[in-house]
Amino acid sequence: MTPTAPTGVRHPASSGSQNPPVLEIRGLEVSYGYSDSAVRALRGVDLTLHQGEVLGLAGESGCGKSTLVYAATRLLPPPGIITGGEVILHGDEGPVDVLRMSDAELRATRWQDTAIVFQGAMNSLNPVHRIGRQITDAIKAHRPGWSRARRDERARELLEMVGIAAGRITAYPHELSGGMRQRVMIAMALALEPKVLIMDEPTTALDVVMQRQIVEQIVDLRDRLGFSVVFITHDVSLLVEIADRIAIMYAGEIVEQATADEVYRHPRHPYSHGLLTSFPPLHGPRRELQGIPGAPPDLQSLPSGCPFRVRCPHAMPSCARVHPELGPTALGEEQRSVACLLHDPQVRTAEGVELPASLAV
Amino acid sequence: MKFLGRRLAFYLLTAWAAVTINFFIPRVMKGDPVQSLINRYQGQISTEAEHSLYVLFGLDTQESLWQQYVDYWGEILHGNFGISFTSFPTPVTEVIGDSLPWTLGLVGVATVIAVVGGSLVGILIGWRRGTWMDAILPVTTFFSSVPYFWLGLIAISVFAIWWPVLPLGGAYDGGLIPGWSWEFVSSVLEHAILPGLTIVLASISGWILGMRNMMVTVTSEDYVTVAHAKGLSERRVMFGYAARNAILPQVSGFALSLGFVVSGTLVMEMVFSYPGIGLQLFNAIGGKDYPLMQGIFLIITLAVLVANVLADVAYVLLDPRTRQEA
Amino acid sequence: MSSMPVGVVDAESEILAPVEPTRTPGARAKRSRVAFLSSGKATAGLVILVLFAVFAIIGPWVAPYDPNEVTVDLLLPPSGAHWLGTDHLGRDVLSQLLVGTRSVLLVGVLAGVFATLLAILVGVSAGFLGGVGDEILSALSNVFLVIPALPLIIIVASQAPDAGNLLVAIVLAATGWAWGARVLRAQTLSLRKRDFIEAARANGESTARIVWFETLPNLTAIIASSFVSTVTFAVLSQTTLAFIGVTSSSDWSWGTVLYWAQANQALSRGAWWWFIPAGLLIATLGMALTLVNFGIDEFVNPRLRAAGLSGRGLRKQKITPRIGFTAVRLDPVGARAPGAPTAQGSTASSKPPGTGSTPTHQGSNPTDTEAAR
Repeated sequence: MTPTAPTGVRHPASSGSQNPPVLEIRGLEVSYGYSDSAVRALRGVDLTLHQGEVLGLAGESGCGKSTLVYAATRLLPPPGIITGGEVILHGDEGPVDVLRMSDAELRATRWQDTAIVFQGAMNSLNPVHRIGRQITDAIKAHRPGWSRARRDERARELLEMVGIAAGRITAYPHELSGGMRQRVMIAMALALEPKVLIMDEPTTALDVVMQRQIVEQIVDLRDRLGFSVVFITHDVSLLVEIADRIAIMYAGEIVEQATADEVYRHPRHPYSHGLLTSFPPLHGPRRELQGIPGAPPDLQSLPSGCPFRVRCPHAMPSCARVHPELGPTALGEEQRSVACLLHDPQVRTAEGVELPASLAV
Repeated sequence: MKFLGRRLAFYLLTAWAAVTINFFIPRVMKGDPVQSLINRYQGQISTEAEHSLYVLFGLDTQESLWQQYVDYWGEILHGNFGISFTSFPTPVTEVIGDSLPWTLGLVGVATVIAVVGGSLVGILIGWRRGTWMDAILPVTTFFSSVPYFWLGLIAISVFAIWWPVLPLGGAYDGGLIPGWSWEFVSSVLEHAILPGLTIVLASISGWILGMRNMMVTVTSEDYVTVAHAKGLSERRVMFGYAARNAILPQVSGFALSLGFVVSGTLVMEMVFSYPGIGLQLFNAIGGKDYPLMQGIFLIITLAVLVANVLADVAYVLLDPRTRQEA
Repeated sequence: MSSMPVGVVDAESEILAPVEPTRTPGARAKRSRVAFLSSGKATAGLVILVLFAVFAIIGPWVAPYDPNEVTVDLLLPPSGAHWLGTDHLGRDVLSQLLVGTRSVLLVGVLAGVFATLLAILVGVSAGFLGGVGDEILSALSNVFLVIPALPLIIIVASQAPDAGNLLVAIVLAATGWAWGARVLRAQTLSLRKRDFIEAARANGESTARIVWFETLPNLTAIIASSFVSTVTFAVLSQTTLAFIGVTSSSDWSWGTVLYWAQANQALSRGAWWWFIPAGLLIATLGMALTLVNFGIDEFVNPRLRAAGLSGRGLRKQKITPRIGFTAVRLDPVGARAPGAPTAQGSTASSKPPGTGSTPTHQGSNPTDTEAAR
């Protein structure tokens, strides 16, 4: 682990896909509804999280990024249902498939291996219990041998770790500010030193200064404790700051994945390109904000072929017929993949088109 | 404590409103029926009692309305509700005092059982949807749609007439002398079973349904998902997180629904000839005993208010947010 | 008042919880009138209500006998001549019930209309006024909620010289409006903060216009639910009043039948036909009203409707929809050994397992992507 950078900004190559995987999602299929008219929200998603890695998941709202992590932890509420695939968790006792676990097994691995920080800090804490109790009840459930004093001690330690005075252990959630609540959630999530920390838009409800502080804190804690992070946000520029690797999702599928730097500087999918040009860059030269025409896809009536084609500036006739799969980029770069027919030499030849310059920089 | 202060102020307001309504009803309706009753008992009523009836029912037409109102409050605050005509010449307060313990015992205990039992069943049904327990819902819908008193009629005809295992009505065997003897107490309990169970059966469905719906709403709150994500035991999530929060609206709902429930159970007393306030009210209707009716209305309102205060105290104990000093 | 208005008995937070689409896609609630009617409960309730309405209208004409006609057929059990038997004076019970339907529905609907109007007036104004006006109006409705209605109704009804249907309806409305006002106030408050109302204000639209054209249409479901609850309350109360003999015993209603039955020891005489049908009618009417309200509730609060999804069909599929433990239904193919291709439907991928991050060959196979939609 490299030493902590004071700015909290991502330090490249500190960790990456060389490390062994901790969480492997393979061909995950999720639907909403149980009948034939169910909406397919995830369409065979593959994603691997490696040890110590910060993996960013980005996409417009409704693209399935939250669905992905909730399904992978089996916390997706009804009418969500997992209809296929596997989620391999590399725990202490070797790899196990989360989707085939019994309730008891699932309970035992939760928080122990995967902890989650939810979107709304406001509603994630039980309003009628003191925060100390909410931190210690997780410890109590997983470390039955610990004494009460030891649990309390651990809770104090955790609060201080996220920059909250240990004395606030007796506070109720309504007595804390939004930022402090989110810190409490982070402290709670780290209580059992999980291998994987999932953060679902943890900073959305906070102001910019608070967002910055929280993000820096997470990166700092990751460096100290060595857990892996899945960070979900629609704010790609934030991801570029903290993530090692980024996966872009569209209509329930991953359309591009690569290191954060590569996605940011050299997007290969027209959707990634559009997404990046909808946010002002944090560093470097200014560029024109373009955004993506059209509305996010309606999962109930997706177009044939490539789901993005109706909004894509480079759509070709083939796009209506062929569903693109994740594959190598046209430039043959390592460690990245993209799901776009423009990167398929055969299709390009057949259509007589070149890879657009914007996707080849 | 600001919360409790506000609530207390509200209850005082409600008590004032109840008394004021009571003051105006006979004046709007004109006090003629009472006047005719007084005339009928001419000579048997003491002048003092007659005067207070005049004040209570607005027969003192020479006075200004304001003066009447002040006098009226004077009578009420002295605990003077007039005399009962049905049990002439007993004062209304005495009639109520004799019957109130029976009502508090029967309706009070039955209501507590219904609330606690209904909430528990509601928690279980709301927690696990899509199980056989959902079948309870249509049944509760039925019971919440029938009048309490009709259930009482059915209960009597089944368990007291068709299959006579329980007494038909009353609070104890007529031959016994009230006292703390085993014979008397067991007779009281025996007589309380049928009306008590009927009250529970009739009112429990409302609590089940309310709690169930709150559970359904609360189980999709984020903090419940967090509790699941923490790998807590099912019991802990169900009671410590979901039910613990779902109970809050139930407690405030209890306060507001109590008026409905009490009204229904009063009629139950009439059906079972149970010697409580409800039966007195029934007798008062038959005997056009307006002083008694009005006294009973005030007492019931007061009892409901006291129950509300208790519910509020429980609420404060249950919800830390109300304890915030602001 | 024999029963709480169960339709809206839940705390306001429940009904008024802003209908937030879950953070997941596709869970968006379909808010259309069709959705309301597609609820089997609501339809069943409405059908029963229409039946009752028909009987309320034609009841007196189709009744086989004059309900007041005294005959020598005393206390007869049900027979071909008297489908529901006769009472202690030889009067036909079925005819009494048929004739009585009208006054039950009349009182229910009248009280419902009056109380709902009062509730809208008080509730919506309280929500819109805010400040002191709101405090006063809310306190007023809370006072009426807490005061036990039945004793009050009894006092008023029994002091009136002749408590006819209209008076009973008015008294019931006067005591039964408060719950609706409370719910409507809360909903108005939350509506007032919504963007489109704010926008209308910013545009300088008059308050009256905002109330009539922007607010009330959005309160329709709540108003309907509050109306149905009040009708339930009024029907039960009217029956109770008639049963205890507060209202005129010569006007036939279901409660009057029960009054005569109780007054003449129908129970100990074993004349079940005298009191059971009347109670069942009340229960059926109450059930129908409650069902309609369930339909409205599920329409307003999709979280409750999700419950409707579960049922026998799911049990057959062995799916238990549960929060915290997402159901997994791996198709028969899915039961294959881990590591096998996870092909599914049109997005079939031919990737080897564990290739999440490693590039694989571009799968541009037109045959299995053709039908992707």
